[in-house]
Amino acid sequence: MTVLRILWNEMRGLFVDDGALALLMLGVIALVAGVITLALLPPLLGGLVLVVGYLLVLAESLYRFTRHRRP
Amino acid sequence: MEHVTTVSSTLLASFLASFVEIVEAFTIVLAVGLTQNWRSAWIGTGLALVLLVALVLIFGPLLQVVPIAILQGIVGILLGLFGMRWLRKAILRASGYIPLHDENLAFRAEAEHLRNQRNGSRAKYLAMLSAFKAVMLEGIEVVFIVIAVGSPHGLTLYASFGALLAFGVVMFIGLVVHRPLSRIPENSLKLVVGVLLTSFSLFWIGEALGVDWPGADAAILGFVVVLAGFAALAIRALKSHREVIRMTDPVKGQTL
Repeated sequence: MTVLRILWNEMRGLFVDDGALALLMLGVIALVAGVITLALLPPLLGGLVLVVGYLLVLAESLYRFTRHRRP
Repeated sequence: MEHVTTVSSTLLASFLASFVEIVEAFTIVLAVGLTQNWRSAWIGTGLALVLLVALVLIFGPLLQVVPIAILQGIVGILLGLFGMRWLRKAILRASGYIPLHDENLAFRAEAEHLRNQRNGSRAKYLAMLSAFKAVMLEGIEVVFIVIAVGSPHGLTLYASFGALLAFGVVMFIGLVVHRPLSRIPENSLKLVVGVLLTSFSLFWIGEALGVDWPGADAAILGFVVVLAGFAALAIRALKSHREVIRMTDPVKGQTL
C-alpha cells in the first residue's frame, strides 16, 4: 500500500506541481473542446482561445506564486 | 518542410528533456558509486533499466490500437501539464524566485545520506535502492517524453534516438569528468524543454479537436516563438519586481 502511495505521488508529481494551474489548464481545454464541439466558434478561433488560455493560466500561476512571496 | 520541422522538433524535444532527466539520475548513481560501492550502483541502475524496457514493450504496442485523435488528445493534455510545470518552474528559477537546481548540492545531500549508513548489507541494499529509484523515476519521465512527443505522429523511433543520444552524451561527459555535471545550464534547458513540450501540447490538442493550424506542422514553431517570448517577458517582469522590492525593503527583498 505504501509502495502504491509513493508511486501515485511520484506519478502525480510528474504532471502536477501547482494544483490550481493544472485545474485551470484542464478547464481551458474543456472550454475550448466544448465551444468547438457545439460549433459556437470556428475550430481555428477555438485554437486561438486555447493558446491565449494557456498563456493566461501560466501568467495567473506566476502572479499567484510571486504575490505570496511579497514582503 | 513540414516533415523536417516535425522530425527536428521531436528529436530536439526528446534529446533535451531526456538530457536533463539523465543528468539528474547520473548525479544520484555517481553518489552511490563513489560513497558506497559501484556494484550496488550498477545493480540498481540495471534493474531499473530492465523494468523501463519492460514498460516500453508492454505499453508501446498498446498505443497503436488507440485511435489517433484520442491519442493526440490524451498526449496533448499530459504534455501540457508536464510542459507547463517545467516552464513555470524555469521562469521562477530564472527570475530568482526559487533557487536554481544545483547538481553539486544534490550530490552532496545524497552522498551524506549514504555515508550515514556506510556499513553492512543493509547499507548496500539501500544504496542499490537509491540508484534504482533515481534511474526508475527519471527513466519513467524519459519514457513518457519519448512516447508523448513521438507517438501522435508515428515518430517514436526518432524520439527514442533523441533519448539514446542524450544518454550517450551524458555517459560520455560523466565518464570523462567523473563528478556531478553541475556546469550544464540545467534551468535554461528546462525552459527550452518546457516551451517545446507546451508547444506540442497546443498543437496536438488542437489537432484532436479538428483545428486546421495554419502552416500545419510548422505551427509548432509559431507556438515556440509565442511561448518563448512570453517566458522572456515574464522573467524580465519578475526580475524587475524583485528589484523594486529589494530597493524598497532590502531586508525582506533578500528572502526572495
